[in-house]
Amino acid sequence: MQCLFTLCGLIAVGFVLLITIYLVISGIPAIREIGLFRFLFGKTWAAGQGQYGILPLILTSIYGTAGAIVIGVPIGFFTAVFLAKAAPKKAANIIRPAVSLLAGIPSVVYGLVGMCVLVPALREWLHLPAGDSLLAAVIVLAVMILPSIISLSETALEAVPKEYEEASLALGATKLETYFRVSVPAARSGIAAAVVLGIGRAIGEAMAIMMVAGNVANMPALTRSVRFLTTGISIELNYSQDGSLQRQALFSIGLVLFLFIMLINAFLNLVLKREKET
Amino acid sequence: MRRKIYEIAGRVLLYGCTAVTVSLLLFLIGYIFLRGIGGINWRFLSTAESVINGTVGILPAIKNTVFVIAVSLIVSLPLGVGAAVYLTEYARNRRLVSAIEFASETLAGIPSIIYALVGVILFCTALKLQKTLLAGSLTLVIMILPTIMRSTQESLKTVPASFREGALGLGSGKWHMIRTVVLPSSVDGIVTGCILAVGRVVGESAVLMYTAGMSMAMQNFSIHRVTGASGATLTVALYHYAKENADFSVAFSIATILLILTVLINFSASFLGRKLGRS
Repeated sequence: MQCLFTLCGLIAVGFVLLITIYLVISGIPAIREIGLFRFLFGKTWAAGQGQYGILPLILTSIYGTAGAIVIGVPIGFFTAVFLAKAAPKKAANIIRPAVSLLAGIPSVVYGLVGMCVLVPALREWLHLPAGDSLLAAVIVLAVMILPSIISLSETALEAVPKEYEEASLALGATKLETYFRVSVPAARSGIAAAVVLGIGRAIGEAMAIMMVAGNVANMPALTRSVRFLTTGISIELNYSQDGSLQRQALFSIGLVLFLFIMLINAFLNLVLKREKET
Repeated sequence: MRRKIYEIAGRVLLYGCTAVTVSLLLFLIGYIFLRGIGGINWRFLSTAESVINGTVGILPAIKNTVFVIAVSLIVSLPLGVGAAVYLTEYARNRRLVSAIEFASETLAGIPSIIYALVGVILFCTALKLQKTLLAGSLTLVIMILPTIMRSTQESLKTVPASFREGALGLGSGKWHMIRTVVLPSSVDGIVTGCILAVGRVVGESAVLMYTAGMSMAMQNFSIHRVTGASGATLTVALYHYAKENADFSVAFSIATILLILTVLINFSASFLGRKLGRS
């Protein structure tokens, strides 16, 4: 019996190895054919003309994620402080399930609402020819990372020992001063982990932004139609021919995205480990 | 004076940001229901899309979704529970435990578009399953494994050591003890894990779009044709109607159904979780 259970345990490791190996094997050939430098720093992606430069995709992913973090983190952070510290119990008990509901909504649903509400609204307000843009994607991503930021920060804030806060209150600090100057610094590595997790979520999202970003491989600008690393794969995966250079280049994009994610995960583990130690 | 400003500003930020979060959710739910609920009726749920009859039904998508959920759970459940049992009951080698836990965290962090790529290379091409619901389900097995593993592990940890000692003291073997004492008392956690996994499968679209196909036709699920079935689940159908057909009323009706499913899944998971916390 033990053998069987050990095998089950090892399967997760096996899957990770399998994914890594397959992505490397199928991602390398195209990079070799195109040239690593021309692939990573080429400014045009035009599969029809045999140009495979993914710099615009990389930059779009970085800008889009940064934008989502800039909008999503403050809102999520203050909501988490409210839920963990300031909210009356009843209110917190209603808001908490609402946040987890927000986390459970499928990404295509976010994409659909983005397509029907956000994109036309942006077109009107900013007088654009089309509302499909980096800005729309950033807003959708910000909403989508909100729940993970809230719930992870809240857990960290709730783990702060009561004594710290009581000491601060006893010294004459107001409640709010206590929250922001005692509880938040004490929970900072948990909050940092929440932000890193948010980054991971944002950089990996594909379907929702495929519906609002316009998907033209431009260099990123807020009001321009853009293509992310994720959407760069998803837009062409169904149309590329098996075994063609285009299909192989998509796997190479996958490899680059995978490396990004692994980097973020390693960072997340580091942050979490530091939290455990303190 | 400065303290007063600090106090007011802090309060405004706390309440304001929470209000933003809550109103976002209310807006999403309200807007989707308002645009989608009108299109939902029995015919919508019980027929297939047909130009001749002029019907737009989503029964095939519902059936495909159920099929994908069933297959991925049937394969993933034993693997996930087995891995959790190994980690909490058998494992002695600390290195191996941390390797397995690291692997499970890594799997949980990989975005679904990467799973889609792996599914395309591994299941559709290398294993020659083509674009079928089976290939999609098998890809999802890898994706939901960490969910089931983690929640089983959590609940195995809450089984008191005295239960184990009692069973072993009465002369039970290890496997017998796990089967009759440990697993039954952590069934709540396993079910919660399954519900969370179902939630992930229902919400998944990128993987299924590229590994399971986008057809809206009724599939044949009879036993010897099942490997050939290929079609859209609810989320993929939503994408199909919204982006390719620009038929937003159908898309919003599907979104409404997905929203209702999400609410049900969330509530049952948190209900079970609370029950688990109490015992």
